[in-house]
Amino acid sequence: MLRLVVQRLLALVPLLFIVSVLTFSLTSLLPDDPADLIIGQWGTEQQFEMVRERLGLNEPLVPRYVHWLERALHGDLGTSFFNSVEVSDAVMQRLPVTLSLTAVSALIALLVGLAAGIAAALRPRSWTDRLATFGATIGQAIPNFWFGILLVAVFAVTLRWFPATGFTPLSSSPWEWLRSVTLPAIALGLASSAAIARQVRSAMVGVLQQDYIRAARAQGLSRRRVIFKHALTNALVPVVAVLSFQITVLLGGALIVEQVFAINGLGTLAITAVRRQDIPMIQGLVLVMVVLVVIVQLATDVVYGFLNPKARPS
Amino acid sequence: MSDSPLLEIRDLWVTYWQRSGLTLRRRPFHAVKGATLSIAPGETLGLVGESGSGKSSIANAVLGLVPAASGSIRFGDAELSAMKTRYPAAARRQIQAVFQDPFSSLNPSMTVGDIVAEPLRVHTGMSREERRARAAELLKLVSLSEEHLGRHPHQFSGGQRQRVAIAAALALQPRLIVLDEPASALDVSTQNQIINLLYERRDALGIAYLLIAHDLALVHHISDRIAVMYLGHIVEQGPAGRVYSAPAHPYTRALLEAVPLLDPARQRARRAARKAAPAVEAPRDAVSGCPYSNRCPSVMARCRSAMPAAFPVEGGGTASCFLAEDRGRARPAGEPASLAS
Repeated sequence: MLRLVVQRLLALVPLLFIVSVLTFSLTSLLPDDPADLIIGQWGTEQQFEMVRERLGLNEPLVPRYVHWLERALHGDLGTSFFNSVEVSDAVMQRLPVTLSLTAVSALIALLVGLAAGIAAALRPRSWTDRLATFGATIGQAIPNFWFGILLVAVFAVTLRWFPATGFTPLSSSPWEWLRSVTLPAIALGLASSAAIARQVRSAMVGVLQQDYIRAARAQGLSRRRVIFKHALTNALVPVVAVLSFQITVLLGGALIVEQVFAINGLGTLAITAVRRQDIPMIQGLVLVMVVLVVIVQLATDVVYGFLNPKARPS
Repeated sequence: MSDSPLLEIRDLWVTYWQRSGLTLRRRPFHAVKGATLSIAPGETLGLVGESGSGKSSIANAVLGLVPAASGSIRFGDAELSAMKTRYPAAARRQIQAVFQDPFSSLNPSMTVGDIVAEPLRVHTGMSREERRARAAELLKLVSLSEEHLGRHPHQFSGGQRQRVAIAAALALQPRLIVLDEPASALDVSTQNQIINLLYERRDALGIAYLLIAHDLALVHHISDRIAVMYLGHIVEQGPAGRVYSAPAHPYTRALLEAVPLLDPARQRARRAARKAAPAVEAPRDAVSGCPYSNRCPSVMARCRSAMPAAFPVEGGGTASCFLAEDRGRARPAGEPASLAS
């Protein structure tokens, strides 16, 4: 297992290199000169040259990249073009917000997806199955921002069970954190739970037809042990792949759901940064997102190897 | 046969409810229609028939995987068909099973050691070390070794996998093992090894087998008695030697003729005869009368209207065929009909 982790970690090195090059090239790929963006229309030629010098834009590309990478590796992602905020500070401040939203919605998606998928698979073509399949279709079709607004209307505005907007950090009050994260996490997780439920159902139906399930039942094992130990462990193999993909989807979806619930997460930061072409901020955000996705993939590979002996390096 | 059978099946019906098309109406499909069988302690009963004949349904009913629609399954003193949910643990651990496809019958996420020890874990209070030691012992019984304990099923060949399945079935020292086509998924040389292994284990441990197969020729070597199934009915049963050498039911004869002959000339003649006979699809739900009547080469008028009872056959056993009844009648008066078995 350790070997698998090391193998995957080593494979990350070239990937991260490519991502860093692409992220860095943002500056040169944009049609506008960053100095223009900062100075604005009415700057003088002198001011313009000063800014270019300060940003190092007069240097050749390769030394500039090396310099940028060096600083990025030390956690220095530069300063925002617009308000002199350290990019790493801004990102690190918002990261826990988006992470808790994504993590809670992934958890909800997994639990709902597993429960619905298993219930449907145990009795294929039954009413439970039809209901779950129908629900999954609806769940995947509903846009998360619309569902979020619906949730706010019902549970925040009418019933007043949850706050309609805002986010309380886990560290300041776990209870308030849970209340503030519940509605956005449900809105965000709906489509993913539907996707996971579908995958769980089809994987379970396939596994339950295998002879080792018949053998386990013939040995007199309890129904619970047959379903959870023998069937689910094997059915989870394809589910893990879907879950990992869904977490990436959730990270992207979080940016939109944050807007609906007025949560100050990476999404708000990203949208502002993109709108004013705040290049260092965009670079920082892209890097952080990529690293998150890469971590999820790494975890997926490890879990996959744990569940499926055939995937382990021998 | 011994006085008190180990397993006694009486007039067993197994019914599946099928949903047809878009409608939610469910229609019954009778896979087993009134089967009666018994197995003595240490005896091997070969149950043969073509696919769809209901032999695996009998296996599933004995293993408690499908409920009996009616009739009774007795194991020792326990009435199993009355158990709606789960068998009593005592009966449960004394009946084990080996299935056909060793590529599907072993859980791919478990090690071989865990697979073999799983029944011990569920039915005994053995510690982890005791289970491991016993699993190693069991692997040796099936000509595998202790070093295989930590490996996963995908690292084994088909024959080795089937040995693992047999080791798991032996773990609890059962009195009956249901073998559902244990060799038919394997290649021929491996088939013999597995059959021989089962043979040895039976003689060493005194286990009874319910051996399900479609190949009568393979089964008759290791069976004490043979029962032949057709469309949910047991059409013939009797001592293995008699059923194989002097089949009384036309269907049993047809099954034997499906085995290729070594003499090419005779094989050619037989194939020509088979081609000349009209090919008839087996009906899923037979009308009244003998289920074999529309395929039978020696069909008579009454076969289509009345279901023949199980008539005793000379040499032991019974056959559900009017020809067997006639043969019994034609016997000279004074000579007692053989009612053995």
